[in-house]
Amino acid sequence: MPSTMPMQTDSDTGHPRLAPHVRLTFDLARQRHMLLTPETVTVLNETGAAILELCNGERTVGEILAELRDRYDRVADDEVRAFLGDLLVKRRMVISGG
Amino acid sequence: MDRPLALLAELTYGCPLHCPYCSNPLNLGDYSDELTTQEWQRVLVEAKGLGVLQLHLSGGEPLQRRDLVEIVRTASRLGLYTNLITSGFSLSSRRAEMLRAAGLDHVQISIQAAEQALADRIAGTPSFERKKAAARLVKKLGWPLTVNVVLHRYNIDRVDRILDMAADLEADRIELANTQYYGWAWQNRDGLLPSRAQLQRAEATVRATRGRLGDQMEIIYVVPDYYSRYPKPCMGGWGRRELTVVPNGDVLPCPTAHALPLPRVSVREHPLAWIWERSPLFQRFRGTGWMPDPCRSCDRREADFGGCRCQAFQLTGDAARTDPVCHLSPDHGLVAAAVQAANHGPPTQTPLALRPHPRRLRKS
Repeated sequence: MPSTMPMQTDSDTGHPRLAPHVRLTFDLARQRHMLLTPETVTVLNETGAAILELCNGERTVGEILAELRDRYDRVADDEVRAFLGDLLVKRRMVISGG
Repeated sequence: MDRPLALLAELTYGCPLHCPYCSNPLNLGDYSDELTTQEWQRVLVEAKGLGVLQLHLSGGEPLQRRDLVEIVRTASRLGLYTNLITSGFSLSSRRAEMLRAAGLDHVQISIQAAEQALADRIAGTPSFERKKAAARLVKKLGWPLTVNVVLHRYNIDRVDRILDMAADLEADRIELANTQYYGWAWQNRDGLLPSRAQLQRAEATVRATRGRLGDQMEIIYVVPDYYSRYPKPCMGGWGRRELTVVPNGDVLPCPTAHALPLPRVSVREHPLAWIWERSPLFQRFRGTGWMPDPCRSCDRREADFGGCRCQAFQLTGDAARTDPVCHLSPDHGLVAAAVQAANHGPPTQTPLALRPHPRRLRKS
């Protein structure tokens, strides 16, 4: 049962994905990743985009953190959880299972 | 100069509804020489090149364009976020499925009220049940659904029922937008403007419902600027984030700027990039250099950009004045008088003017 409740990221077992009305896109004109809703545009930095590309509804938060650790030298798990939690509160993201 | 983020494409001013708060221009018949499919497709390509990310397909009623599916397909292939703003009145299953396949991202359906008789009276057309059927169809096809309700004196006391209806329709979001007084709504302003007591009750209902529904549905409430201390940052600044292309190809910095006494500019005569960057129309109120006092020396000049140029023009006859909604404007008395009349005056006797179908206005 999908839920949009603020994420309990402590467990790391939920499967996050973008909400149905949200799209991640790379904007060629500005050379930046953007998160789009009908009325908002959020400019993402490289890390933010990398995190969201992993949020496919199949990986758990724990698996996403592990994947990021493989790619980057330093990964602040709490910052990644806070980033996802913020998108949940803003309804840009949903989390299922966990 | 910033690049535009969003394009509002007003595909046609044809519409089966007659809402008295419509913001379309009064001279609807002058826009019947509509852009062709190929012209719209070229506009979309140029918009994408200019940096546009979101495409709002509106009107009038965009479903009245037979080539809507083709336009959506082009936009989707370009990677634009596509949002259909519709009455839902003529959304058949077949058309909806074609739009879904063409890549349409999001649908907003306008509903006038939560009761059939009132909704149909406001719309000037029996349309309530068809709109609800369209909303269900949108959900069935897996789209996110936003319900739009324009608020005014005649429906604002029933916001609780409106919210319940949207929740029953499983809307993901509802936008409760107080009427903005442009076009037909400006003609009907004195009949539509709610009282302060009505607004306060509606806002209390919105707060309570947010608490009750929690995360089930997002509730967006757009405040009425006549009752605000400061003006709205119209369009996020003139020629700064958005542009509008109207049915005949004219390009505007905001969808109600038709009425301003400024030189017109059209995609039929110039590339969109030239229009955005160089046309006199888009440069006229860009930035803060054009501002008179009190805006010029105000700390909020980069927050609200002096408010709305169209509102300044309508109320004072001069588009370059501070938006009279602002309590610091020397013309604020014009807004205060309308608010005073809505709260203490005798009820207005003039019937609301219903927005006609443009075909009935077309010049022969």
